[in-house]
Amino acid sequence: MKKVLAGLVAAAALITPELAQAEKIVIACGSVGQEKELCTQGAQAWAKKSGHTVEIMSVPTDAGQQLAQFQQLLAAGSADLDVVRIDVIWPGIVANYFIDLKPFVPEDVLKQHFQPIVKNNTVNGKLIAIPWFIEAGLLYYRKDLLEKHGQKPPTTWQELAQTAKTIVDAEKKAGNDKLVGFVFQGKSYEGLTCNALEWVDSFGGGTIVDSTGQVTINNPKAVEAIDFMSSLVGNVVPKGVLSYEEEGARGAFQSGNAVFMRNWPYAWALANSKDSQIKGKVEVMALPKGGPDGKATGALGGWQLGVSKFSAHPEVAVDLVKYLTGPEEQKRRALVGAFNPTIMSLYKDEELLKANPFFGSLYDTFTNAVPRPTITGTKYNQVSTEFRNAVYSTLSGKGKAADNLKKVDAKLKSLGKNGKW
Amino acid sequence: MAQPATPIVSGKGGASAPPEAPSSPLEGTSALLRERTRAAWMFLAPTLVVMLVVAGWPLARTFWFSFTDANLTDMAASQFVGLDSIRQVLDDPDWWTTVWTTFRFAGVSVVLETVLGMIIALALNAKFGGRGLLRAAVLVPWAIPTVVSAKMWAWMFNDIYGVVNAVLLSLGLISEPMAWTAEPGLAFGAVVAVDVWKTTPFMTLLILAALQMLPGDVYEAARIDGAGPIRAFFQVTLPMLKGPLMVAIIFRILDALRVFDVFFVLTGGGTETMPMAGYARQRMFEYQEIGVGSAAASLLFAIIALFTAVYMVVGRVKLGD
Repeated sequence: MKKVLAGLVAAAALITPELAQAEKIVIACGSVGQEKELCTQGAQAWAKKSGHTVEIMSVPTDAGQQLAQFQQLLAAGSADLDVVRIDVIWPGIVANYFIDLKPFVPEDVLKQHFQPIVKNNTVNGKLIAIPWFIEAGLLYYRKDLLEKHGQKPPTTWQELAQTAKTIVDAEKKAGNDKLVGFVFQGKSYEGLTCNALEWVDSFGGGTIVDSTGQVTINNPKAVEAIDFMSSLVGNVVPKGVLSYEEEGARGAFQSGNAVFMRNWPYAWALANSKDSQIKGKVEVMALPKGGPDGKATGALGGWQLGVSKFSAHPEVAVDLVKYLTGPEEQKRRALVGAFNPTIMSLYKDEELLKANPFFGSLYDTFTNAVPRPTITGTKYNQVSTEFRNAVYSTLSGKGKAADNLKKVDAKLKSLGKNGKW
Repeated sequence: MAQPATPIVSGKGGASAPPEAPSSPLEGTSALLRERTRAAWMFLAPTLVVMLVVAGWPLARTFWFSFTDANLTDMAASQFVGLDSIRQVLDDPDWWTTVWTTFRFAGVSVVLETVLGMIIALALNAKFGGRGLLRAAVLVPWAIPTVVSAKMWAWMFNDIYGVVNAVLLSLGLISEPMAWTAEPGLAFGAVVAVDVWKTTPFMTLLILAALQMLPGDVYEAARIDGAGPIRAFFQVTLPMLKGPLMVAIIFRILDALRVFDVFFVLTGGGTETMPMAGYARQRMFEYQEIGVGSAAASLLFAIIALFTAVYMVVGRVKLGD
C-alpha cells in the first residue's frame, strides 16, 4: 500500500508542473449554421498547439439574446467566460467589460485588417476586440429556376418581385405548390433591423440616425421602401418570414422551396454542401437597388473577439484570440464555412477565390455596406427595437409605414434629444 | 411550472407565499403544546432561511433597483431616482400593451384549461379498463419542460415544413399554409393552444383528485331524488368541487400572469406578442436598463399580489385553513 501511495505521489509530482501551466479558457462561439463546429475546431487546434484546454460556451442563435446573456455574466463580474465573440454593434455597449488589446497586438498586425472595423472596435482609444470575420447582407438565388423560366438576375427590388412572381406562378401550374418567391429574416429581432435598413438604404432613405446623431428615419424614401416590401408579404413573400431568423430562411431556401433569399455569406458553404438539395444550383450577388435611382447596399455585420476583464488568465485568453483571428485560421474558416476574412490580403488568395467565387465582388459590397447607427451608443438596442417593431407592424399589416415611422421618429427623438445619445 | 431563468422570477415570491406562521398565540396552553410549537419552528427554520436567501433577497434587490436608474453598462454609477423608473414604465404605452396581452392570455387559457380539465377528469373518474395507463398518459405534456414543448410546437407550427399546416391542408380546412407564429393574431392563438395543451393535465390532476374525495352516497341520494347526470353535476359535483377548483384556478392564474417562456420561445419578437415578464426582460437585458426593468418586474409583482388579494376576498378562499 505504501508503495502504491509513494508511486502516486511521485506521479503527481511529475504531472503537476505541467498542470499548473495548462489553463482552461472558456470561449463563447456563435451557433448559427456551422459556426460552432468551426470555432470548436479552431479552438482545439490552438489548445493542441499551446497545451492549454478550451471549453465552448453555448449561446443563443439570436445576437440580441447573446448580448443579454453576456451582460448578465459580465455585470456580475463572472470569471466563467474568458473570450467573447462581439457583434459589430456592441463595442459601445460592452466596452467597460473588456481589456485593452492594444498592448498585445503589434501595430502592423492590426493594419492587415479592414480599418473601419478596427476603428469600430476602438472605444475611447481602447481596442476592445480584434476583427474575426466580416459580413454583409447578400442575395442568393436559384440560377437553375431563373434559367428554366428565362429570367435574368434582378437589379432592383421591383424586378425581384416580378421575377419571383413569374417563376412561382409557372411552377405552381406545373404542380410545385411549395415554392415561394423570396425569404428573408422577418422576425422582430436584430436581423429584421439589418434587413429593413438595407431596404431603406437601397431606396436612398438613409440610416435611421445619421452620423451626426440626428434622427432621419421619417422620410418619403424610407416610407416607400417599407411599404413596398410589406406589399410583397402574402404573395411572393410568405407570411412565415415574419417568424424567420437566419436559419429559418436558410431552411426554406436550402430545402429548395424558395427562389430568392437574403442572408449572410455563411449560407453559401451550406447551400453548396454535400447534403444540400440545391447544391450547384445557387448563385449569390449584391442585394437589389430600390428602383433605378437606388443603390446596391448590404447591412454591415461582423464579429470580433475580445477578452473579458474578469478573465483569470488574460494573457492566455489573448493568445487564443490572436490565434483565431490570425490569417491561417481566417483562411480555414473562409474555405470551409465561407466566413469572410477581415484580413485584406486574403481576398487575393487564389484558393479562397476558387472556393468562394463571390468573395472578389464582395470586397466592393463591403466598401458600400451600410453600418447600423452605432452612434446611439448604449441606446443602440432601444433604437433598433423601436425601428424593427415599426417595420414588423407594417409587414404584418398593422398600419402603413408613414404612420409607423412617424411614431418611431417621435420616440427616437425623445431618446436622443437634439442628437445627443 | 414555467420559470424564466432571470431575476424576474423574484416576482414568484408572491405566487408561493412564505410558510404560514403558527396559528393563534398559545395562551394558557400546556407545556407539551409549547414544546411542539418550538419543535415546529426549529424544523421550519432552515426552510425560512433558504426562502429568505433565494426568494427574499432577490425580491428585495429588485424592489431596490426599481427606485434607481441602474444600468448594466455601468452598475456602479446607479443613483436613487425615487419613482422615476416606475413612472417611465407607467408612461410607456408598450407596457400597457403587454399588460393587456398577459391578462387576455391568462383569461382565455385558464378558462379553456378549467373546462377541458373538468371534462377529462370526469371521464377519467369513470371506471373502465386501462384507466391507470390513460391517467399516466394524460400527464405527459405536463411533464415536459415548457421550453422544450414550446420549441417542439414551434416546429410543428412552421409554415413550410410544420405538421400542423400539413394536416390542416390535407383535411382541406385551409387552402394555403398559415404562418402560425408570425402574425400577431394567430400567434396569440398558437401560444394559448400550447399552454392549454401543456397545462390541462395539471387541472385534470387536481380536479380528479378532488372528484375522488367526493362521497358516493350524495350521488345515490341525488339519483333517488330523480336528478339526471347533468343536474347531478351542476347541483352536486360542482358545488362540492368549488374549494379545490378555486385553489387550482388561482394557481393557474398566478402562473399565467407571470408567463414568459411560451411566448419567448414561440414568438420571441415584437411588443404585440409579449407578456409583462417579457417587457421586464427586454428593458433589463436588451436595453440594459436594470432600474426600469426592475420597476416593471415590481409592477408585475404588485399586479399579481393585488389580483391574489382580490380573488381571495371575493372567492372567500382561505389558504390558511
